[in-house]
Amino acid sequence: MSGGASADHFRPHRRLRTLAGPIFGAACLLATLTGVVVLAVLMLAIVAAALSGGPEAGAFDVGGAARELASLLGRLVSGRQSSDPARAGYHAGVVSSLWLLGLTAAIGIPAGVGAGVFLEEYMPAGRLRRIIQTNIANLAGVPSVVYGILGLALFVRAFGVPGLALGPSLLAGALTLSLLILPTIVITTQEALRTVPPSLRQAALALGATRWQVVSGHVLPAALPGIMTGTILGLSRAIGETAPLLMVGAAGSLLRAPRGPLDRYTALPVEIYNYAKEPDRAFQPVAAGGILILVALLLTMNAVAIVIRNRFRRRR
Amino acid sequence: MSATLATPPAATPAAAPDEPALQARGLRVWYGQSLALKDIDLDIPRHRITALIGPSGCGKSTLLRCFNRMNDLIADARMEGDVRFDGESIAGPKVDAVSLRRRIGMVFQKPNPFPKSIYNNIAWGARINGYRGDMDELVERSLRRAALWDEVKDKIHRSGLDLSGGQQQRLCIARTLAVEPEVILMDEPCSALDPISTARVEDLMDDLKDDYTIVIVTHNMQQARRVSNMTACLMPDVDAVGGHRTGVLVEFSPTDLLFTNPKDPRTEAYITGRIG
Repeated sequence: MSGGASADHFRPHRRLRTLAGPIFGAACLLATLTGVVVLAVLMLAIVAAALSGGPEAGAFDVGGAARELASLLGRLVSGRQSSDPARAGYHAGVVSSLWLLGLTAAIGIPAGVGAGVFLEEYMPAGRLRRIIQTNIANLAGVPSVVYGILGLALFVRAFGVPGLALGPSLLAGALTLSLLILPTIVITTQEALRTVPPSLRQAALALGATRWQVVSGHVLPAALPGIMTGTILGLSRAIGETAPLLMVGAAGSLLRAPRGPLDRYTALPVEIYNYAKEPDRAFQPVAAGGILILVALLLTMNAVAIVIRNRFRRRR
Repeated sequence: MSATLATPPAATPAAAPDEPALQARGLRVWYGQSLALKDIDLDIPRHRITALIGPSGCGKSTLLRCFNRMNDLIADARMEGDVRFDGESIAGPKVDAVSLRRRIGMVFQKPNPFPKSIYNNIAWGARINGYRGDMDELVERSLRRAALWDEVKDKIHRSGLDLSGGQQQRLCIARTLAVEPEVILMDEPCSALDPISTARVEDLMDDLKDDYTIVIVTHNMQQARRVSNMTACLMPDVDAVGGHRTGVLVEFSPTDLLFTNPKDPRTEAYITGRIG
């Protein structure tokens, strides 16, 4: 421990340490760019594919390309399914997907938020809660096609019990998608509830509030931004799903858009898949345009999630 | 309201002329396997300020939370013995803890106003308890009683979180007063406040004791001396098994007496700064 010799115990490596920081920073930047670049290339490729059907506009004529894209999308949104690529459209798929979205939200949100509130606010901590918790976490990792099989047995066929089977209807599809997003909603709800400080609950309880009054008056409002964000992200996932819907009987070809929850239905991603696998190359712009419609729908939902989060975020 | 405060220290059931507001008899609290409080006998006099002092981990806050059943919220907490409020037992599963908590209010260590307007901070508790009177009047009365009205009357619809720490704590007191409790439990209400805010809260307590029974847990012995009429000194039991601290009540006397002439050597050691 003598002062003079102690300097020999240090190997400062100043140059290495000076370099390590910027190198690490650059590596992280590169990692970030991967995502951005992939998204940009993806979008460009899809837009290019959407435009490839009409070579009227030059490659660098941005205004013309945009006009052409707009007219293509307009045609696709209103057009019915058709074997003629010039007339094919996604009307049935868009309407079905919006129906699915609404029904899934109506079923999945109350069930998921309710389960999250129960687990977090009502159920005493213990082995049972741990078991349920683990199961929900595992459920979140189950491949979506498995939910399709479950939905087929449970909702479409109801294990063969007559009168209960929903058949290949919108409702059966929405129930299946609800199951699919349930774990996500339960988990995000619980996480949002956990961020509510215990002091808030104690303050309310100390005034003579019942548990329900504490939860409805303070805990849920405080957790709402988090719950809504998670919910909308869950719904975004549901609207992009194809595999489980194919399992529960979303129609590949549907000429009339559904009008009620028990009607037959299709879905935007299902139609995209069907157009994309057409051997006629003229369907490529149709498929790409469908993807753009789907992406626009997803981005809108995510934007809504962000707006809600920012609007409801409260100071602590 | 007789001025006699000569409630005998601990043990023997009180023969006080005025019935105590709160009584603990043979009170034990367990957290799981560990005993947190042992054999507490204590009479809290009505319309007086009673201070609970003692070093960290002696169970002051645990004892305080027995009076409004806040320990119920801790999963493995268990209470034995009896606690009486106005002579009626408030221990046991048959007691309605929710109605009890309206009558026995609580102010916490860290100011915890609701993330709502000042107005709604006060009104919420009254509303959930089915208050039928004039809400504006109740809000103003509660804020005046908590000596906060003049500072906030122009911004009553602003968030309670915009107030300073001291104002927030008085808002929490006003919120408690709005549900018209008989007892106010205060768990180190000034420990997060600066000296000026502390002085205002202490003045307020002195003002409130004519109408309310106040029990305050404090780490600050000067504060106990300044504000309280009676002081209970708790100590962690050194003989506890397995390293657990078990709180015991070592002395309960009028504050003047306890600080000038402590009977128990442990009290003396604590108030002179040799313990804790």
